[in-house]
Amino acid sequence: MPAVSKGDGMRGLAVFISDIRNCKSKEAEIKRINKELANIRSKFKGDKALDGYSKKKYVCKLLFIFLLGHDIDFGHMEAVNLLSSNKYTEKQIGYLFISVLVNSNSELIRLINNAIKNDLSSRNPTFMCLALHCIANVGSREMAEAFASEIPRILVAGDTMDSVKQSAALCLLRLYKTSPDLVLMGEWTSRVVHLLNDQHMGVVTAAISLITCLSQKNPDEFKTCVSLAVSRLSRIVSSASTDLQDYTYYFVPAPWLSCKLLRLLQCYPPPEDGAVKGRLVECLETILNKAQEPPKSKKVQHSNAKNAILFEAISLIIHYDSEPNLLVRACNQLGQFLQHRETNLRYLALESMCTLASSEFSHEAVKTHIETVINALKTERDVSVRQRAADLLYAMCDRSNAKQIVAEMLSYLETADYSIREEMVLKVAILAEKYAVDYSWYVDTILNLIRIAGDYVSEEVWYRVIQIVINRDDVQGYAAKTVFEALQAPACHENMVKVGGYILGEFGNLIAGDPRSSPLVQFNLLHSKFHLCSVPTRALLLSAYIKFINLFPETKATIQEVLRCDSQIRNSDVELQQRAVEYLKLSSIASTDVLATVLEEMPPFPERESSILAKLKKKKGPGAVSVTELEDSKREGGELNGGGDRGPDTSAMSASNAVSRHSVTSNLSYVFQSTPSPSADLLGIRSSAPAGTAPASAGNLLVDVFSEAGPAAPSAAVNDDGFLRFVCKNNGVLFENQLLQIGIKSEYRQNLGRMYLFYGNKTSVQFASFTTSVSCPGELQSHILSLNVQTKQVEPLVEGGAQIQQVLNIECLTDFSDAPLLNIKFRYGGALQNLTLKLPVTINKFFQPTEMSSHDFFQRWKQLSQPQQEAQKIFKANHSMDTEVLKAKLLGLGTALLDNVDPNPENYVCAGVIQTKGQQVGCLLRLEPNAQAQMYRLTLRCSKDSVSRRLCELLAEQF
Amino acid sequence: MIGGLFIYNHKGEVLISRVYRDDIGYVFQDVVGWRNAVDAFRVNVIHARQQVRSPVTNIARTSFFHVKRSNIWLAAVTKQNVNAAMVFEFLYKMCDVMTAYFGKISEENIKNNFVLIYELLDEILDFGYPQNSETGALKTFITQQGIKGQTKEEQSQITSQVTGQIGWRREGIKYRRNELFLDVLESVNLLMSPQGQVLSAHVSGRVVMKSYLSGMPECKFGMNDKIVIDKQGKGGASDDAGKSGKQSIAIDDCTFHQCVRLSKFDSERSISFIPPDGEYELMRYRTTKDIILPFRVIPLVREVGRTKLEVKVVIKSNFKPSLLAQKIEVRIPTPLNTSGVQVICMKGKAKYKASENAIVWKIKRMAGMKESQISAEIELLPTNDKKKWARPPISMNFEVPFAPSGLKVRYLKVFESKLNYSDHDVIKWVRYIGRSGIYETRC
Repeated sequence: MPAVSKGDGMRGLAVFISDIRNCKSKEAEIKRINKELANIRSKFKGDKALDGYSKKKYVCKLLFIFLLGHDIDFGHMEAVNLLSSNKYTEKQIGYLFISVLVNSNSELIRLINNAIKNDLSSRNPTFMCLALHCIANVGSREMAEAFASEIPRILVAGDTMDSVKQSAALCLLRLYKTSPDLVLMGEWTSRVVHLLNDQHMGVVTAAISLITCLSQKNPDEFKTCVSLAVSRLSRIVSSASTDLQDYTYYFVPAPWLSCKLLRLLQCYPPPEDGAVKGRLVECLETILNKAQEPPKSKKVQHSNAKNAILFEAISLIIHYDSEPNLLVRACNQLGQFLQHRETNLRYLALESMCTLASSEFSHEAVKTHIETVINALKTERDVSVRQRAADLLYAMCDRSNAKQIVAEMLSYLETADYSIREEMVLKVAILAEKYAVDYSWYVDTILNLIRIAGDYVSEEVWYRVIQIVINRDDVQGYAAKTVFEALQAPACHENMVKVGGYILGEFGNLIAGDPRSSPLVQFNLLHSKFHLCSVPTRALLLSAYIKFINLFPETKATIQEVLRCDSQIRNSDVELQQRAVEYLKLSSIASTDVLATVLEEMPPFPERESSILAKLKKKKGPGAVSVTELEDSKREGGELNGGGDRGPDTSAMSASNAVSRHSVTSNLSYVFQSTPSPSADLLGIRSSAPAGTAPASAGNLLVDVFSEAGPAAPSAAVNDDGFLRFVCKNNGVLFENQLLQIGIKSEYRQNLGRMYLFYGNKTSVQFASFTTSVSCPGELQSHILSLNVQTKQVEPLVEGGAQIQQVLNIECLTDFSDAPLLNIKFRYGGALQNLTLKLPVTINKFFQPTEMSSHDFFQRWKQLSQPQQEAQKIFKANHSMDTEVLKAKLLGLGTALLDNVDPNPENYVCAGVIQTKGQQVGCLLRLEPNAQAQMYRLTLRCSKDSVSRRLCELLAEQF
Repeated sequence: MIGGLFIYNHKGEVLISRVYRDDIGYVFQDVVGWRNAVDAFRVNVIHARQQVRSPVTNIARTSFFHVKRSNIWLAAVTKQNVNAAMVFEFLYKMCDVMTAYFGKISEENIKNNFVLIYELLDEILDFGYPQNSETGALKTFITQQGIKGQTKEEQSQITSQVTGQIGWRREGIKYRRNELFLDVLESVNLLMSPQGQVLSAHVSGRVVMKSYLSGMPECKFGMNDKIVIDKQGKGGASDDAGKSGKQSIAIDDCTFHQCVRLSKFDSERSISFIPPDGEYELMRYRTTKDIILPFRVIPLVREVGRTKLEVKVVIKSNFKPSLLAQKIEVRIPTPLNTSGVQVICMKGKAKYKASENAIVWKIKRMAGMKESQISAEIELLPTNDKKKWARPPISMNFEVPFAPSGLKVRYLKVFESKLNYSDHDVIKWVRYIGRSGIYETRC
């Protein structure tokens, strides 16, 4: 169709679009498009040269067709021709077509680049902007290669127009994000920072995005931006809303710029310069003050802009975490928001408060809002807000308000959403355990928990109750009574039956005196639930029954009757059948003495990290439960957290007793090693001495814990850092959670050591502001000169799935007992993560092995005979007593293992010299295993008494 | 058991919805029930991003069977494992019935006749089970004019007829002239290689009758079915076995109207029936052997450089010179980057249709044993796409006055014992029409 009007109207295009819009069916649309394509093809093919206007029109049509989802395979050349036009609209359409349609490996790219170059070097600002936009929109590597050097020049050139500067900054940002290696830092970087002082607010806004991105990668080079940003911020904050004219948004001066400035400041630690800091604090105070002022407009945009700045300021305050005054004020401000009409505000307030609660300065202030938060938990309509409220309650909980919070959470559980129930249950369980002052309260709480939300109570929770009840004599009677009462409810949850079965099986005798809970009543109560339970629970109940036979001989006949009945002894489930058969035989054959030993009360569990906490960590990543909190829980719950990670299946326990003490009935142990039920797994670990391999049917936390340790140092107790695992080995995984994995590779020679740390990002999201620091607590600093951190600081950005490496150099000056601490901070999805780990640098790493004969050894042994030079410890074996494993460990220690020295071949004797910078400390070691008692006696003699003590402590954990 | 039947327009709006069973709603776990089934089909089939080619779609364990007539979608929905052939047979019948009542199935017609459609649906499906779908029978009690004061006897007659053994014909029909029209309609499908080798060919045919006969006549239909002819040849001591062998056809499979006595067909392979009144389809069949291909297409495509293509197509008619083929249309696809076309043809009209990316050559009439040719020059626009043109086949449409399968009607006898007219008094008309189905030649 002929171009009727030569204006910018493009009537043909409008007609075409309206034709397409009017098409009744897809077929009609395709027909119309085919027709148009044929028309355009014939026009492009035609011998007559097309004028700019028609070219633009047809290219536009092609673009429209392409955007409708049809393939376009011609017209590129015409679009490129448009680039060299002098008319703005024609050039614009050309660039549009190219940024949408041209792919990077096209042959035309050279022509396009040429056109862009021409435009960039032209003095016409609109053309320059168009070219810059095209580069940014395409953003391919080829574009970056061609223009990465050009754009910084434009950005910092003195005579560039403001609008071009804006485009250039954003374009550079885009190129930097796609191919950071091509955008080289240079002298322009310092000048970019000074763009923060630019007159034009638009330029500043564009530049700050670029600077924020750049400074995350190279914080040092952009350090100067802090003071500039602070002064800029203070100028904006203190300005009246009319000062900035175009950049005032609903009476708020430059809200976007303010937010970006505050975000930039969050990349850096608090400014060291007092004046700058003072000014910044003033700014933050002003922002907080402004939040108190009555709103200047009723419009939602006004309050949105204001609150955006406020929240950004609060997260900066939290980031600094050093101004108690500001923190408390922020907390109060958030407290006001907690009751705001806007749901979004309430959500944000709850979220920010969660982080505030973990700061020591504002914890108390947060606590004052407990009533409001509880109210939010109860009345909020939006589940995500309720979730935040629950998180906050968890975060603000401490000894003083634990009872109230736990009670509120429990009562909320009854109506809670299904999606957050399991997490709530875990939280209640943890809080109850962590802040329990008396155990009856704890037992009550957990039983309540099982009653209310039994389905969501995971295995770990009830394992934990049992662990605690077993370890605390004073609650056992109370627990038995409460459980007995709870079981009397007509319908109780299976988990309740499990706890009940276990506890009554162990401590039923404590309440047997009462005629209302006589042995038979107890048994009948348990057995009434038997048929409603699943197979694992039934197995547990069977074990409880056999324990009953031991506890109350008068029930023997009844229980034997039950075991003998067909539904047990011929049960189709192998596990149940085998238990029934064996327990029946055991009860009829074994004498009371044997029974009493086999079915003895469970020994206390060793101290370990709470399994529930591990579970919550697993669920949420360390963000929710920060490491400090973990340590906290260790400290506070120390006396209470008696439990270990063993599953407290009675049968498993009793059998393991049997195996270790008397090796009774070999077929009994067989039961537990061969059967595939979870209880067997647990036992497999406990009694894995001969095999040394945990039958990892994983999925079970407990199994995980053990298998992680690997065969080199089987099942070193998992201390918070995995620290002890590294006493006897140099390489391995130090720490791992859902986000981060830290691996270690280390080598030592004489008194020098080098440690490689590998940080692996396990997520698909990048970690921002990743920083690590190594500190030596207390006097350690003078003992171990370490840690001149080589290479520059680690990269501040860790891409998803990437791994970065850091090298530490360590020198041992003199002997030491503490270990250096590694602190890691990074942002994951906006939340700041903070980790502190003990670095496994122990004194034994600096051992030099010394070979010597039997004669020499005993001569030296005698020389070191002063009482303070010797350290001795007798301890129970935690792990297998296999000779090879022991040898491997002793060699890993760094000493020489001396054969044929000790008259008793069972014993192990080692010798070595610890090399420090100042002196050498000779060490002799003797380890005497007693296989019968599963005990060891470890004796150490060193020329320096502190060394022998420390070594003794370290080694006692290893065997 | 069809759970429900929905009719949509091309936008996916529901025009007719009739639910027979509750179960189709419950799948979607909602109070609104079947409403969701309706939406599910619209979202997943009508508005699907990719064109849905399968006539059966399974969404959330519910099956949707659909047929499309112009812009109208008919969808039968069921949750059970039904016989899909039955459902489609029903849908086609439904289309036939609607066409018989109000002509073309279009959105407007459906909207104008929605009461009638609901009435029909009530009648032909009970609880999801198909009932009597014979147009002639339906027309006696579902009328577009409304039923005017029928007497008691007439009403009881309807009942006995609908529930009786011969549901498709009522008693007491009287015509002054007993007439009978018989059409053999065939569509011939072909795929041929450029060298003229037949890659696949089959004919699907229908025998459609229009009968205006009095009383309850018994009819017998005979054709040159190979099995029958061979049997007669053997039994009747063969007068000219060679000739009849040549002229018989092998029918691959066939289906009959419900009036045909299948037991008799099974035992004697003779087709005897009491015909419904008016128009109906007596049988459908398919043959694959010895097909007479009415046209042969000889394509010649030559690429001259990157920007030019020369196409020459010759068509030859391959039947008796006395016969005339009609409505001949040859469609020659052009590449997607065609920028201009010049066509020269000796006969008929040819035109490049850009909207369809094809050259369409139309000839009104063409006698047998003739040939005609077209040549075209196609200019191409060079593209940066390296993809080669796929060269879709040349397709063809036509209509010829004979049956390409070779089927011949040998006799159609009418016996009416009660009334006094004989076979000779019936006026019979026979017509053969062969049309193109998908008739393609690769180039």
